[in-house]
Amino acid sequence: MMLHPGILALVVGSCIVFVMMLAASWQGLRIIAGWDFDSSSEKQLILERKTYLISSIIKYALGFEIISSLLFIYTVDDIHAMFVGAMCATGSLNANPVGWYALYLKIAVFFTASLWIMLNNLDQKAEDFPLIRPKYTALVFISVLIGLDLFFQMSYFLGLNPEVITSCCGSLFSDTSSGIAGDLSSLSIKPMMALFYFTSVIFIAAALSCLKSSAAFLRYTVSTLSIAFFFVSIASIISFISLYIYEMPTHHCPFDIFQGHYRFIGYPVYISLFCGVFFGMLPGFFQPLKRIVSLRDTIMRAEKRWLVLSILLILFFVIISSWPVVFGDFTMQGY
Amino acid sequence: MRHLKILEYALSSLFRRKYRNLSIVAVYALTIGILASILFLTHSLKTEATYLLHDAPELIVQKISAGRHDLIPSEYTEKISTIPGVGSAEPRYWGYYYDSLTHSNYTLIGIDDTIPGLSLLEGKMPSVSGECAVGAGVGHARIAGTGDTITLFNSKDTPVVFHIAGVFRSESNILTNDLIVMGEKDFLHFFELPAGRSTDITVSVNNPNEIATIAGKIKKLYPDTRPITKSEIIRTYDAVFNWRSGMMLTIFSSALIAFCILAWDKATGISAEEKHEIGILKAIGWDTADILELKFWEGIVISLTSLLVGLIAAFIHVFFLNAPILTPVIKGWSVLFPDFRLTPYIDIYQIFVLAFLTVTPYVASTIIPSWKTAITDPENVMRN
Repeated sequence: MMLHPGILALVVGSCIVFVMMLAASWQGLRIIAGWDFDSSSEKQLILERKTYLISSIIKYALGFEIISSLLFIYTVDDIHAMFVGAMCATGSLNANPVGWYALYLKIAVFFTASLWIMLNNLDQKAEDFPLIRPKYTALVFISVLIGLDLFFQMSYFLGLNPEVITSCCGSLFSDTSSGIAGDLSSLSIKPMMALFYFTSVIFIAAALSCLKSSAAFLRYTVSTLSIAFFFVSIASIISFISLYIYEMPTHHCPFDIFQGHYRFIGYPVYISLFCGVFFGMLPGFFQPLKRIVSLRDTIMRAEKRWLVLSILLILFFVIISSWPVVFGDFTMQGY
Repeated sequence: MRHLKILEYALSSLFRRKYRNLSIVAVYALTIGILASILFLTHSLKTEATYLLHDAPELIVQKISAGRHDLIPSEYTEKISTIPGVGSAEPRYWGYYYDSLTHSNYTLIGIDDTIPGLSLLEGKMPSVSGECAVGAGVGHARIAGTGDTITLFNSKDTPVVFHIAGVFRSESNILTNDLIVMGEKDFLHFFELPAGRSTDITVSVNNPNEIATIAGKIKKLYPDTRPITKSEIIRTYDAVFNWRSGMMLTIFSSALIAFCILAWDKATGISAEEKHEIGILKAIGWDTADILELKFWEGIVISLTSLLVGLIAAFIHVFFLNAPILTPVIKGWSVLFPDFRLTPYIDIYQIFVLAFLTVTPYVASTIIPSWKTAITDPENVMRN
């Protein structure tokens, strides 16, 4: 275990979040067991009041989780200097591959916990709490995810050994390596660019038409497209966006863009991508809930906001990641 | 807009109970200040060390005898310089000298011509026998400047007088503070070292990619040596400083826990007046969620104020007062430790780490008390 200040902050923060989630899940289970909306007993009143406690715990927990994901990336990036051959977050993560699972789990927690909060907001706006049971069952699932995240994060940091010689991003994200990362890097740039801009145009077009029409299949299409866009974007960042940011035809690392030499461009890039995709996913996810009468109007109203937010964020993402491609000095004409 | 109104209300409500809240802010800021000082100090020491090591040779070769550092024969130098890829291999002469007059250790270096990176000099480098150049710390301790003399006792306890030809005013005082530079012959004579042996060898490597290979070759050629690469030194410094600051943070985290208990206690024991206030707010139409938001803003205001105050205090403590509380633990044991002024520098990452480390526990410990306040029943409160 390395006593690095960032690692300490992460471990302390994650432990606190996990304890908060355990408490929230426990209360959630008690609510599921004793919930009776038609009753006006004191017990029901107490349970209804507890829903406020749970939602505020989750909001804080999610806030901490998002900050801790950024802190995780930054810390992993910061400790690369201690590993021979590591030049950025990739090298540090390879020093103990469990770190990758922690990273994936953090992404999963971001999406599920944000979904939960949206669900909770909708539920609290309806007068009869229609989603109380699925909501609190999902809570247990999120707690498990956060617990796993804590576990992998701890075993990653505990298992780090500064003497280990790791392969740096230069070898993982290079054209000759095998595995997904290598495959992504060796994708030809032109087709990948075409796919990236095609998906973004299609997504924005679908989202715009959703604003006009209320057809259910359009909602599902937007959600599917936003998920597809997420993977296409990650692939594009590795395949060509990174090249233009680094101005180097062989450097495909998706983490170096967080570093100061590249003016921390990675933060707006990833934050706008994640949030844009998240809001894009919502309309399709909540489409089935429109069948519940007390939720229908709330969802319809919120949907417009989600779509507009999603379009704006994705546009922002596409613009900032295309900026170096269009206006940078670097060209890839020879490739 | 609604959120801003609630924030405004939170501010006015905090201001109404200013003494109570000030006491929380004071303790919170103190805790943050201590933790921030640790981070700032180690970070700037680390930066300083990295900055110094920038000019360090790519490879240092030491001879090891019975597991201890030993003098290295000069034929090693010749042989190493013939390894393909090696730019040059130079013997280095240096050692430590305990000065009983000032109770401090000096670092003595014997040189042929100049030391790279030490160009900032008042006066000149020693050129003839009997001359030396000293660091500002040594000059200060011995109350001597350019043109004065300095007397050192050699290994036979005979006084040797050196003329100070120059005083270092390095940008980074940490490098030269305890340094005395003299001619190579003077050095060998002063310590009575055997001829043909040096303290260690510095090796410059033309292609940085070949450093590890060359280190391996040297080790194979002379199994009794220890080649140390520059990156190894940097890594070790990094690890040592991280370890020290992590250790200190862990110790001082108990203060944080104590503070969280205090925060919990303060947040739980709300006054009858405050209860009354919340009862009225709810009676005039505030929702439980609004009260929770009010409490959230109060928490944010208190946390950010304390964070800011704590950071400013730590900044003054570390960069203007030179961290008198922490220096002995973090720096080390040397007596004539450079009285250097750290370069003020704040890393956003440090603030981020600190905020996460301190705000999270505070907020977490106030959630349940806030909720308890928020669910106050207006009717009950007003009846009482």
